[in-house]
Amino acid sequence: MTILHHLDDATVMRYASGDLDEAFAAVVTSHLAMCPECRRAARLAEAVGGELIEACEPASLPAGAFERMMSQIGEIGRPDAPPPKQVARTVAGDVPAPLQRYVGNSLDAIAWRHIAPGVRKHDIALGSKSTGKLYLLNIAPGRAVPEHGHGGSEMTLVLSGAYRDELGRFAAGDIADLDEHVEHQPCVDPDASCICLVATEAPTRFKGVLSRLLQPVFGI
Amino acid sequence: MLAALSSFRPAGQDGTERMADIHKDLMARVAADRDREAFRELFEHFAPRIKAWLMKSGADHALAEDLMQDVMTSVWRKIDLYKPENGSASTWIFTIARNIRIDRLRRASSRPYTDIETLDMPSDEADGEETTFATQRATIVAAALSELPVEQREVIELSFNQDLAQSEIAQRLDVPLGTVKSRMRLAYSKLKSSLEALQ
Repeated sequence: MTILHHLDDATVMRYASGDLDEAFAAVVTSHLAMCPECRRAARLAEAVGGELIEACEPASLPAGAFERMMSQIGEIGRPDAPPPKQVARTVAGDVPAPLQRYVGNSLDAIAWRHIAPGVRKHDIALGSKSTGKLYLLNIAPGRAVPEHGHGGSEMTLVLSGAYRDELGRFAAGDIADLDEHVEHQPCVDPDASCICLVATEAPTRFKGVLSRLLQPVFGI
Repeated sequence: MLAALSSFRPAGQDGTERMADIHKDLMARVAADRDREAFRELFEHFAPRIKAWLMKSGADHALAEDLMQDVMTSVWRKIDLYKPENGSASTWIFTIARNIRIDRLRRASSRPYTDIETLDMPSDEADGEETTFATQRATIVAAALSELPVEQREVIELSFNQDLAQSEIAQRLDVPLGTVKSRMRLAYSKLKSSLEALQ
């Protein structure tokens, strides 16, 4: 899996600072599970956070704060951290580990809902605080999604198959990290379906009249 | 706004690296033996800074102290997840504090953030990452941060320390969102090139 399309640097910084809604955090962490280059970028951005904490003027703590905390830890016992799950590098067609809590561990077992010719969708439930939407799309070989701009930012991570649009070809592991100004018309490769994980901030706006009629159907 | 920035005083290059090495050793002692004295030293260094950091994010004294306890308790409990080759102690402790801030201060869900922290990703060492390098990175990042132009450091402090979304920063500074993003990108690429110069 050679990844050609990565996270925008501004997104890496947002991720590190903790400023990503659950929907976007799920897409970003799924990409990180697939992309060593962006993992390195995230670590560098997180080092910024570490240095900013180092640079804070220490606040005063009440005397005995450490002992009190340790006695509380003692009371609850000392459960060790769960042993880290050994995770192999995510390969094309796998469900990235951070996504498994949401959709299970097999793309073959996803329950799809038919929403338009050649397009199936699976909505992913998020915590009540999330303002974004998160879903999987399964688009048939050779299908084009109507040209659309975005009311807000949108992130698309390809999990299997590939599509092509004005920005290039996106295959497994590639992420399209787009802001509201980008308009694109993805077209899936002719030989296989494309399964993508998508986070959106606001309803996507389709451009053409016909496409706009389709929007309620798509719900994307 | 600028007054807030004056609080950023990096320790000297040598000081930062020496401290990062000391912390790395303390973390190793806690991980190996549940060494309480080593943990006390980490607590004495980090707890007052984490409390201060949480107060910058909008918590009052009592809440900041409460959340700081959560952070340090997690450090103790999750110590086996710390991998020195991935970053300095302060970086790892920051990620724990950040996730707790998302859950308890923002009252949003940090699930993807906390899920990824328990994943044992295959080491990227083959790509040139080593433990020594991780400590050096702390020094480089501290130095590069102190050299950033004021308007770039400002957006970084507003997001990392004061927990403002990029859109809120744009409103606060009365600039377009695109300007905030491009300042972030410029700051990030400056940090990245400082690191690359080292390799």
